[in-house]
Amino acid sequence: MVEQERSLAELRETFRSGRTRGIGWRKAQLRALLKLMDDNEDQIFNALQRDLGKHPVEAYRDEVGVVKKSANYSLSCIDKWMAPRQGRIPLLFFPVRGQVLPEPLGLVLIFSSWNFPISLSLDPLIGALSAGNTVVLKPSELASECSSFLAKTIPLYLDRKAVKVIEGGTDVAEHLLKQKWDKIFFTGSPRVGRIVMSAAAEHLTPVTLELGGKCPTILDSLSDSSDLKVAVKRIAGGKWGPCSGQACIGIDYVLVEHKFASTLIELLKKTIKRFYGENPKSLKNLCRIVNKHQFDRLRNILEDPAVAASIVHGGSLDEENLTIEPTILLDPPLDAEIMTEEIFGPLLPIITLSNIHESIEFINSRPKPLAIYAFTKDETFKKEILTETSSGSLTFNDVMIQFICDTLPFGGVGQSGFGRYHGKYSFDTFSHEKAVLERSFFLELESRYPPWNEFKMQFIRLAYSFDYFRLLLLFLGLKRRFT
Amino acid sequence: QLYFDCCYHSSTTERKLELMATEKKEVFDAEAGAAMMKELRSTFASGKTKTHQWRVTQLQSLLRLAEDHEKDIVDALRSDLAKPELESFVHEIAMMKASCKLALKELDHWMTSEKVKTSITTFPSSAEIVSEPLGVVLVISAWNYPFLLSLDPVIGAIAAGNAVVLKPSEIAATTSSLLAKYLGEYLDSSAIKVIEGAVPETSVLLEQKWDKIFYTGNGKVGRVVLAAAAKHLTPVVLELGGKSPVIVDSNINLKVATRRIIAGKWGGNNGQACVSPDYIITTKDYAPKLVDALKTELKNFYGDDQLNSKDLSRIVSSNHFARLIKLLDDDKVSGKVVHGGQRDESNLKIAPTILLDVPEDSLIMTEEIFGPLLPILTVDRVEDSYKIISSRSKPLAAYLFTNNKKLKEEFVRNVSAGGLVTNDTTLHLAVHTLPFGGVGESGMGAYHGKFSFDAFSHKKAVLHRSFAGDAPARYPPYTPGKLRFLKALLNGSILGLICALFGWSKA
Repeated sequence: MVEQERSLAELRETFRSGRTRGIGWRKAQLRALLKLMDDNEDQIFNALQRDLGKHPVEAYRDEVGVVKKSANYSLSCIDKWMAPRQGRIPLLFFPVRGQVLPEPLGLVLIFSSWNFPISLSLDPLIGALSAGNTVVLKPSELASECSSFLAKTIPLYLDRKAVKVIEGGTDVAEHLLKQKWDKIFFTGSPRVGRIVMSAAAEHLTPVTLELGGKCPTILDSLSDSSDLKVAVKRIAGGKWGPCSGQACIGIDYVLVEHKFASTLIELLKKTIKRFYGENPKSLKNLCRIVNKHQFDRLRNILEDPAVAASIVHGGSLDEENLTIEPTILLDPPLDAEIMTEEIFGPLLPIITLSNIHESIEFINSRPKPLAIYAFTKDETFKKEILTETSSGSLTFNDVMIQFICDTLPFGGVGQSGFGRYHGKYSFDTFSHEKAVLERSFFLELESRYPPWNEFKMQFIRLAYSFDYFRLLLLFLGLKRRFT
Repeated sequence: QLYFDCCYHSSTTERKLELMATEKKEVFDAEAGAAMMKELRSTFASGKTKTHQWRVTQLQSLLRLAEDHEKDIVDALRSDLAKPELESFVHEIAMMKASCKLALKELDHWMTSEKVKTSITTFPSSAEIVSEPLGVVLVISAWNYPFLLSLDPVIGAIAAGNAVVLKPSEIAATTSSLLAKYLGEYLDSSAIKVIEGAVPETSVLLEQKWDKIFYTGNGKVGRVVLAAAAKHLTPVVLELGGKSPVIVDSNINLKVATRRIIAGKWGGNNGQACVSPDYIITTKDYAPKLVDALKTELKNFYGDDQLNSKDLSRIVSSNHFARLIKLLDDDKVSGKVVHGGQRDESNLKIAPTILLDVPEDSLIMTEEIFGPLLPILTVDRVEDSYKIISSRSKPLAAYLFTNNKKLKEEFVRNVSAGGLVTNDTTLHLAVHTLPFGGVGESGMGAYHGKFSFDAFSHKKAVLHRSFAGDAPARYPPYTPGKLRFLKALLNGSILGLICALFGWSKA
């Protein structure tokens, strides 16, 4: 722990030296990160394979590719982001110049999660570095190979006096939380989010919490069968594709009208077979469950008799390999854990409604999720969903893909978190936007100062209305009284 | 049942009759708190507060409130703070009205969703960012600008379509009552409520689950608010304070600079303001000139008997009075008073006071002063100021008076504070295009103008996709070809995509 304190002191010293503020340093870090990804792609794939059974294509799509995209995007935009933004200042304050200048917060702490251990560590890191901060990254110990990889490799590429990786479990995290940070960025569960925010309160540290929730998918009737096939593919891809359902924006459950449930289930079964193979003992292209604790949690969910009775596909578990077959459930009880807690696994409940419009109330009676997905071509329904539900993000006719759109802020609301990142939002989230007003000595307004009198009072009344015409008249002595 | 308390203020030459109407208050306990939240959530769920019409009506009513009751507001502020009428008008009423008018003028624009560009990575698609209200929010305000700091955030909350609870500061009791009474009369009380009280009531409020908490006040309570918010994962804005320094260079228009310093310090609630110039740093050579200029202009503004000037607010309470006297009577600063120092405990007045060459470890230099005492620190070179400032926690504001371009640039670059002003003080909070908020110990989040609307909104990311253009590469079974395609897609490389589609690898 003394080691930890020494590291932090060194990071603060680096920040004070001003080295991290120059655009040259920031770009160099981003380029170094890109090189790290290029040089070590195979090691990264291996680490992800060992930690999660993640296939290289999935690993590229969700982790390596995302990091490279973010780094490249930041490199191309950072000049613009760092530039002060001119503020339009009312004439009353003439002569004046006003601007908003972004500056780094200082020393920031990033906690990442185990399900996307590379991208959820490095994507925020890109934001922190672009904004000119010094950083401590604490990767999740539950993805231990990736954690080691980051701890070993980052010092070889990045400025080691400005970026440090600190590995460890709960005790290390607790100790880190006792320190004073200028910002904490946390990705994880709401339970731990509360702990992080409470610790941050001691030091008035601002935080960004990227949490989770039950991300619902509304499936409206689609008359075109090819549209329906695409929708089902996307739903399957959005459920089991990202880390076998262990994803904050992964589909949690589907809402569909009674009459379409069986069609949906049949199509899903076909798609699962095509994507993952038929043999539950040797499923391909599917991550495993991260550890026994999570595996047991999911097994318990399925062992609830009422829930087990609702399984219409899958349900087999392989404890030795920590894999669970893609499982579909039809209308499990709404008060069972599978429908009250975020599933974070390869179990897909299908909840049927008599009318798809009921999905809005269903969603609104639950905590605000990180994402809502809706497959529909009905423009009126789309508008209803947009205005009547609240979520971190809303995607129509697809899933997950909002994650790679850098112009859209990525973050939650309510129980799914607060704060956001991606693209420029990453830069902003690790910056302080400092307001700067520059005045000159020229042109003094006597009415600003005591002793007060009626003229000054009238002047100020007009000034606040930006009523320049009457102000002029007042000055010329042409107007005496105003209402 | 209504009680009427009449008090005569004999401390001023004018006698004012004050009517304080207080309803027999229901105790605001946990049960009452839960019931209130239930009502507010139900109102919000009805969708009423989201409509453009409702927001406009509430804002228009607030404007009317300020216009109809200007005199009552001025009287309340005089009762709570002995605030001069002009300050009440300029700093509180006019600012609040301007804020309201701006929201009314811009609301359509603010409520419109922001279309954003999409790239080839998500082609074909369209994207937008939609502002939606957070839900039910809590605004806790401070005692020094009790009217403005209550209503300015409330204006933002209403403009953004939320239901709001306002908890005014009990230390400015008359204004608190006034707000409770008039907001109840003018606004939709099923969506906007005022809860008066002190620690017990605030604790009940902080136990509830809010969608946002907006707090103006000090760091100690700020921590309590943040800890309470953590339990419910509630996002917060904390508008706190700090020691806002003023660096004074030589070779400036000293008269203008001095007047602006005085206006910012004593002309702003007699130093009891979060952006008040707290202390000055200047060179040893320049200090005597600065002190003389300050004395001259103080006399011009407030006359010879500055202790009793009607153009200065009094100290808000005997607690704060005692606190300030302790700073003044600290051994470490004895003999450093070069102007003022007079005090009148019965009327809670302290004269504008200047101290020269106070040691950095004196009491007056360790906490935010929030009063009419102005210490001056002297350095050899003006550049030495930065070390003093950076060794302290980041303040809400920092000021520099100079004609030296290089010094200005260094100041803007090196000094981290909520906001900076060169060659003036405090003015930036009247500029609605600039975000107003702190950093580090001085707070988090910002407001004013559109920033207020944003502070109380959730910016929802919306992506519209079509069924066309479905890339097989997204789905298993995963193959090397798909990997190539994805690489190109994520790199945004059209050429790479074409190559991948043809099965060529782009080396």
